[in-house]
Amino acid sequence: MAKRLMSGNAAIARGAYEAGVKVASAYPGTPSTEILENLINYLAVDASWAPNEKVALEVGIGASFGGVRALVTMKHVGVNVAADPLFTLSYIGVRGGLVLACADDPEMHSSQNEQDSRNYAKFAKVPMFEPADSEEARAFTRLAFDVSEQFDTPVMLRSNTRISHGKSIVNPQEPVAELPQAGLVRDPAKMVMLPANARNRHPLVEQRIVDLEAWACEQPFNRVETGSGKVGVITAGIAYQYARQALPQAHILKLGMVYPLPKQLILDFAARCDTLYVIEELDPFIEEQIRAMGIRVIGKELIPICGELTPERLETALFGTKPDAAVIHSESLPGRPPNMCAGCSHRGVFLTLKRLGAYVTGDIGCYTLGFLPPLSAMDTCVCMGAGISNATGLIKAVPEQERHKVVGVMGDSTFLHTGINSLIDMIYNGGRGTVILLDNRITAMTGRQENPGSGYTLAGIESPPIDLQALCRVLGVKHVQMIDPYDLTQTEQVVQQEMARPELSVVIAKRPCILDRRHGPEPAPPLKVIEEQCSACKICMKLGCPALTWQQEHNTPKAHIDPQLCSGCKLCQQLCKFTAIEVHND
Amino acid sequence: MTNDVRNILLAGVGGQGILLASELLAEVLLLAGYDVKKSEIHGMSQRGGSVTSHVRYGSNVLSPLIKQGDADILFGFELLETYRYLPMLRRGGDVFANNQSILPAPVAIGTAEYPHEIQNKIRHACPDTHFVDGLTLACQSGHPRTVNMVLLGALSTALNIPHTLWNETITEKVPQQLLQENQFAFQLGRNSQAMTPETI
Repeated sequence: MAKRLMSGNAAIARGAYEAGVKVASAYPGTPSTEILENLINYLAVDASWAPNEKVALEVGIGASFGGVRALVTMKHVGVNVAADPLFTLSYIGVRGGLVLACADDPEMHSSQNEQDSRNYAKFAKVPMFEPADSEEARAFTRLAFDVSEQFDTPVMLRSNTRISHGKSIVNPQEPVAELPQAGLVRDPAKMVMLPANARNRHPLVEQRIVDLEAWACEQPFNRVETGSGKVGVITAGIAYQYARQALPQAHILKLGMVYPLPKQLILDFAARCDTLYVIEELDPFIEEQIRAMGIRVIGKELIPICGELTPERLETALFGTKPDAAVIHSESLPGRPPNMCAGCSHRGVFLTLKRLGAYVTGDIGCYTLGFLPPLSAMDTCVCMGAGISNATGLIKAVPEQERHKVVGVMGDSTFLHTGINSLIDMIYNGGRGTVILLDNRITAMTGRQENPGSGYTLAGIESPPIDLQALCRVLGVKHVQMIDPYDLTQTEQVVQQEMARPELSVVIAKRPCILDRRHGPEPAPPLKVIEEQCSACKICMKLGCPALTWQQEHNTPKAHIDPQLCSGCKLCQQLCKFTAIEVHND
Repeated sequence: MTNDVRNILLAGVGGQGILLASELLAEVLLLAGYDVKKSEIHGMSQRGGSVTSHVRYGSNVLSPLIKQGDADILFGFELLETYRYLPMLRRGGDVFANNQSILPAPVAIGTAEYPHEIQNKIRHACPDTHFVDGLTLACQSGHPRTVNMVLLGALSTALNIPHTLWNETITEKVPQQLLQENQFAFQLGRNSQAMTPETI
C-alpha cells in the first residue's frame, strides 16, 4: 500500500482497523478526539461516543467479554474518570483484545493539568506502548491487540499532543485476515470480580508483569541505536525525536514499551555507557525505575519536569545554550487569547452573570472562556461536572447573605458526562443553588461532536435526544426555566429571579452553537454601527465579541462591527441605549 | 545522516485556514519525495487565538517541532502574528507576510495597542520580506476565504516544487465545488511574486 501522511490519531485508528477492531467507544477530549472520528470511516467498526470515559471503557470491556477486539480512547484526564473499571479490568484480563489509547497534553495547550498517564500503567499493572511518530502509532496500536490477547491483559497506548496532532509518514498494512468468533462465554472465576475470585487473579497480574518484562527485552519495539563514544540515552515517545536530534552521536535505547521496562536490556545498555541520560517528558517515570535498578543516570536534575519538552528546551538543558535567533523582541506584544466566537450562545449568559454580581462555579467546555476579560464571569474551574457540585459545597460554606450569589454553570455535554450526579446530590441534600445549563446542542470545544442530547450518533444516525428540561424535572427539580440566551432582557430577568429564590432551580439557556451547521440558526444579516448616533459609551464592548472593535486610532473613537465576523445575534443592539446599532442591509 | 532538513513556520489567527494551508504544503512535499513532519495545536487555542503550524522536510526528519531561531521561512498570515514569531526565524531566513491586521481581543476592547508601523518593523528585521496583499487578491479570485490559497501560491515561488505537483495536491485536497476559485487564488498569489525561470 502507498505510504501516506497521517496524523497520529488517524494512524491509531488505522492500526485499530488493521487489528480487526469491532467495537470502539470514547468521550471526545483534545488531543484524542480525532481517533474515533477517523475510525468511524472504517465501515467494519462500530464506533460511538459515550457520555463519559468510564462508560466508554465499560462498553469496550463488554465487547471484549463477547470475544471481539475493542478500542477505547480518551484524553489524559479522561483516564481519571475511567480509572475505576481500568483497575479491575487489569485483574480480569480480556477475551477479545482491549486497548485503551490515551492522549496526554504536556504544556496544557487545551487541558486543566498535565498529568503523566504512564503512572496509570504502573498503578493498574498493565503494559503501555508509547509511539514516537505516526507510523509507530499505527504499528504499536495493531501490535497492542496481539499483546493484549497473548498476555491476557488490557494494554494502554500513550500518545500526546505532538503525536496525535502531528503528521508524519505511515505505511498502511492489510488488516488481519482472521479473528476468533464472538459469542457468549461464561467464565465466572475470571469475569466476576468479587473477593474470592479477585484474590486468585491478583497473583496472575503480578506474574504477568514479570513475564512481560522478560518478553519485552527481546522485542524489536525496544531497540538500541548504536552510536560512538560512551554517552548513552534512554528515551521513549516524542522525547526520542528531540534526543536523537540533539545528540546525534550518542548510543540510544529507544523504548517502545514504557511499562514494564525491559530490565536486562537496560542493564546491558547501561554497562556500555559512562554517561547515561534519561530523556523523558513530564515525570521521571523511566528514570526512577532505572535508579531503582541501581544504575546512575542524569535525568530531571537537567531536563524540565514541567511543560512540554521542546528541541530548544532540551538543548538548553543539555548544553546550556540559548537559541540563536535573527530577531529578539524587546517590546511586549499584545496577547491573542482564545475567545468565544461571534454569535456564541454563551456570551449573553456570562454578561448577565457579571451584571448580577454572581459568583460562578464553572468547569470544562467553550464556556470556560467566560473567565476571560471583559466578561470575567467564571470564578472556579476544576474538572468535568464540578460546576454544580462545587456550588453545592460552596453554599454550605459561605454565610447566609452570600449564598444567593453562587451560580453553577455547565454545558449540555458536560452535564450528561458527570453533571447529572452533581445535580442529584444537590437535590438529595437540599442544596439551594442556582444551576444554569448552557445547552448549545453539541460538544463544542473539542470540535462539535454529537452527544446524547444532540439527536445524532457519531455515525450520523438519528437517536432520541435527551430532554434536559424533562430530565431535571423527573430528578426532582421544582423550578426549571427555559431561556433564550440571545434575549438579554429575558435572560437577566429569569436569572435574577432564580438567584433570589431560596430553593434549587435550574435555568436552561438553549441556543445551538453558532458553528453547528445541523442545529444552528439560519444565518442572520450582520449589524453595523451608525457612527453619528454612537455616544462612545463602550457598553457594547463589554460583550468581548470578536466582531466588535474599538476604533481607538480615530480622533473621536467609536465602536465598529466587522460585517465578515458579525453573526447578527443582536446582543450588542440590545445593550445599546442610543439605537446606534442596526441591521446592515447593504 | 545529512542535515538537509528545511523548516517552514506558519503563523496566524484561528479561522484563517492555516491548517488547510499547512496540510497542502505537507502533502505536496510528500509528493515531491521528501520525508515530512508537521505539528500544530487544535482545540482551545483555535477559538480566535494565535495559531502556528510547523512543517519540516528533508531526507530524514526527527523532531516535528522547529527550534527557535531555526525556521528557514516564516509564513505569516497576519501582521502581528508574523512579527510575534520573528524570533523563530534563522539568520538569513525568508519571510512571507500577509498584509492584513486582525485585532486581538485586548486591542479590540481598547485595553492594549496594536504595534504601530508593524510592516516597517518586520521590514527592519528582515529587509527582503515578501508582503502579499492576501485579502485583496482573494477577493479578486471570487472569495475572501481563499486568502490561505493566495498566500500558499506566493510561498510556492520560494520552493523548488513543480507546478504540476501543486495542481495535483490542490485538486485532490480541496472540495470539488470550491476548486476553481482556490486554484485561481493560488495562481494569483504565485503571480504576485517575481518569478525566477526555474520555478515557473
